[in-house]
Amino acid sequence: MTEAHVSCDVLVVGGGPAGLTAAQVACESGAKTILLDDNPAFGGQIWRGAKHFRFDNKVLDLISDQTAAQLGTTDEPARLRKMPGWRVVAAPRPGVATAESLSETNSIHFQKLILATGARERFLPFPGWTLPNVMGAGGLQAMVKSGLPIAGKRVVIAGTGPLLLAVAEYLKQCRADVRLIAEQASGSSLFRFGLSLTSHPAKLFQAAMLKARLLTVPYLTDCWVTRAEGKDTLERVCLRQESKSWQLECDYLATGFHLIPNTELAELMGCAIENGCVKVDEDQQTSVPNVYCAGEPTGIGGVEKSVVEGRIAGLAAAGLAQEARKYHAVWRHCARFAGRLNETFRLREELKALSTDETFVCRCEDVTLAQLRECSTWRAAKLHRRCGMGPCQGRICGPAVEFLFGWKPESVRPPVFPARVESLTQADVEEKSS
Amino acid sequence: MSKSFDAVIAGAGIVGTACALELAKAGLCVAVVEPHVVGGGATAAGMGHVVVMDDSEAQFALTHYSQQLWQQLAEELPAFGESEQRGTIWVAADEEEMLEVRRKQAYYNARGVTAEILDAHALAEAEPNLRPGLPGGLFVPGDSVVYPPCVAAHLMRRAQDHGAVLMPGRSVTAIADNGVRLSDGTNVPMGLFVNAAGSWSPELDPGIGVKKRKGHLLITDRYPGFVHHQLVELGYLKSAHSMTSESVAFNAQPRSTGQVLIGSSRQFGAEGAEVEAHMLRRMLLRACEYMPGLARLRTVRTWTGFRAATPDKLPLIGPSPGRENRYLATGHEGLGITTSLGTAKLLADQILKRTPSIPFAPYLPSRSMEHDAHA
Ligand SMILES: Cc1cc2nc3c(=O)[nH]c(=O)nc-3n(C[C@H](O)[C@H](O)[C@H](O)COP(=O)(O)OP(=O)(O)OC[C@H]3O[C@@H](n4cnc5c(N)ncnc54)[C@H](O)[C@@H]3O)c2cc1C
Ligand SMILES: Cc1cc2nc3c(=O)[nH]c(=O)nc-3n(C[C@H](O)[C@H](O)[C@H](O)COP(=O)(O)OP(=O)(O)OC[C@H]3O[C@@H](n4cnc5c(N)ncnc54)[C@H](O)[C@@H]3O)c2cc1C
Repeated sequence: MTEAHVSCDVLVVGGGPAGLTAAQVACESGAKTILLDDNPAFGGQIWRGAKHFRFDNKVLDLISDQTAAQLGTTDEPARLRKMPGWRVVAAPRPGVATAESLSETNSIHFQKLILATGARERFLPFPGWTLPNVMGAGGLQAMVKSGLPIAGKRVVIAGTGPLLLAVAEYLKQCRADVRLIAEQASGSSLFRFGLSLTSHPAKLFQAAMLKARLLTVPYLTDCWVTRAEGKDTLERVCLRQESKSWQLECDYLATGFHLIPNTELAELMGCAIENGCVKVDEDQQTSVPNVYCAGEPTGIGGVEKSVVEGRIAGLAAAGLAQEARKYHAVWRHCARFAGRLNETFRLREELKALSTDETFVCRCEDVTLAQLRECSTWRAAKLHRRCGMGPCQGRICGPAVEFLFGWKPESVRPPVFPARVESLTQADVEEKSS
Repeated sequence: MSKSFDAVIAGAGIVGTACALELAKAGLCVAVVEPHVVGGGATAAGMGHVVVMDDSEAQFALTHYSQQLWQQLAEELPAFGESEQRGTIWVAADEEEMLEVRRKQAYYNARGVTAEILDAHALAEAEPNLRPGLPGGLFVPGDSVVYPPCVAAHLMRRAQDHGAVLMPGRSVTAIADNGVRLSDGTNVPMGLFVNAAGSWSPELDPGIGVKKRKGHLLITDRYPGFVHHQLVELGYLKSAHSMTSESVAFNAQPRSTGQVLIGSSRQFGAEGAEVEAHMLRRMLLRACEYMPGLARLRTVRTWTGFRAATPDKLPLIGPSPGRENRYLATGHEGLGITTSLGTAKLLADQILKRTPSIPFAPYLPSRSMEHDAHA
């Protein structure tokens, strides 16, 4: 059992665009900073493995391409300590976080904490969604990044949100045969959204949409998958657009129904949550003093919002809140975009009717829709049917159940991720020098 | 004015639902009032170890009687009850505790409960993940493990088959001679009232001497075969006796899912349900002393629950003192899963004036409990 212990002024949890920016700004402002991320490489959902996927806008000069490169690779300033491959699993008392790597556990003592834990994809159940080769859009992208051969494979991408386009573009670059992007949002709301994209942060979306078009991938709106079929593995998907329905043969189905903020760690620390997002003030400080939050957990809004929030949080945590004020105008801009984004990609009611009685809603514990219908609350579903009791602890089925039944999962308890027993027995030893 | 019931029960925990089934089977018209989920109170928090205990003759009598009732119930329980006869091993840490092993075996055997002494070798063979060098233990094969919330739901459904009515989403707020008032304003006319509200029962019957005693538990991911029997340290007796201080004891249970449930802690005076890092830590360090390999297993969840404790560690089953037509079925502390079935029988025996299978006097709420408060 390890009994290690390190300390810092600012601890940044999550090394995506928000966390990278926050960590850089905080250490440049003189704070002794630790940046950790549970993946072996920094970059978050979008910049990880960036050698294949580059997105080229300069994000209002707030962050340069080198920032990611620098932070992600060599030459860190002495004040910055990077801990890739470490995950915060518990917060035993104020000012202390417990982190684990594959083999070790560490207590990290901090003055200020910046939560930049990002977002995850939302999955919705439909008949066949548990077949092999039906996967999350981001998940498929990640698997391709780590070596899954995709060239020449027939892929259907379905669900909602700008992520579908980004993934399509990436897979095309990898020479996948992307046969269709099925976007459930209505064409008219997307059109309105497109018209409103005169402002800078939206360029990413526009560019992606344009590229997807240029790359000749059919992009249908008002369209969704009603079922996935195949004997042992996926063979075809059934699609629907208004009154029309048809089938399409494919090797992979990549689905994603927009994103869900990762608020669990913030909740564990006692931070107030509002409409499913971490509530912050204009310095990105949460309801808990000295705990800041930046990026997707405060509201899904894309890279630009994450970066500007990371900058504000990093400055504020380093005691330079005044200087952070000059970014407020930019932030408001991003926040408006985020609002429109979430409005546009709202889920349509028809998606609630896709599952049949036998469709599994909770994959960890094999709980079917029919079994859930017998329950009246999340807690009843959990206690009487084991829904959400498996290793994912409701991270996957929770948002789906909330959409289908309107039940909210209950309180978060340590550990926020499955963690070794020894990580919960960490001694609260006196400061050793780190 | 709604329909009148012979009996209204407050609380659909394992105790309330067991009582509902017993009374409904006897032909009474029963209503069960439950503000939350059936089996969602202490019943959802407990370990579900159905165990014969020998702290006192009365405790032995009730747990032993109940265990026989569990064996009958096991035959009709659906798979969701996760009932498995795993047996208990009481683990001794030193020679002094081996003396206790021998005493306990003699006590159990004299009363018809099979109990087998394991020496150091047999213990290590039965549970290879225990730390090496332990002197032995006592194996009690008749004990079992269940999943309590689903058992409570099953008992409730069975009671409903016998005509009982579940009134969910409401609590009992006041009790008069001929009816109870619910939190939504309805009055339910009734003949008699049963308080089975667990650690909340003093809110309905003030002065009954039931106190909350908090416990922590943890469950791991699936590791089939890591633990084979319900394991309890014999030192548990020392800590369970302590009525004042915080204490922890090694307790590990194999679930039918392959998960390991690890306990337990006992605290008085802790009102909040939050998981307390220092208690969790103490509890887990204790568990790892006995089973070092637990340290590397992955935890998926931790939680807490409240036991309804009485000064003499026996439940309150029978008329509520000084309150006409009112009964108590509460105060089951850390044994309420086990003793729920016996409780239901003894309560019904009193209400229906049947001859009980075991004497009910030791559990009457009117007994004197002061002399035992020392322990
Ligand atoms: C699956 C997926 C794929 C995406 N792909 C694209 C794309 O191709 N193109 C695009 O433009 N946008 C994409 N997005 C959206 C884009 O990721 C976000 O807009 C942006 O990355 C948000 O930055 P962030 O810093 O807030 O969060 P993230 O980039 O999500 O970074 C958060 C990081 O924190 C880590 N983390 C979380 N909790 C802990 C913890 N307790 N301990 C340690 N580390 C932790 C996470 O593993 C992650 O690395 C994708 C989003 C998702 C969820
Ligand atoms: C950590 C821990 C481990 C345990 N391990 C074991 C074990 O291994 N074996 C064992 O035998 N026992 C064990 N127990 C004890 C066991 O869980 C309890 O004794 C048992 O669940 C008590 O059941 P109950 O029905 O009395 O209480 P509860 O399950 O708490 O039910 C009481 C019900 O009353 C309801 N209620 C409250 N107020 C009102 C009102 N005003 N009106 C109507 N309803 C109301 C509540 O919502 C609740 O559902 C353990 C307990 C804990 C905490």
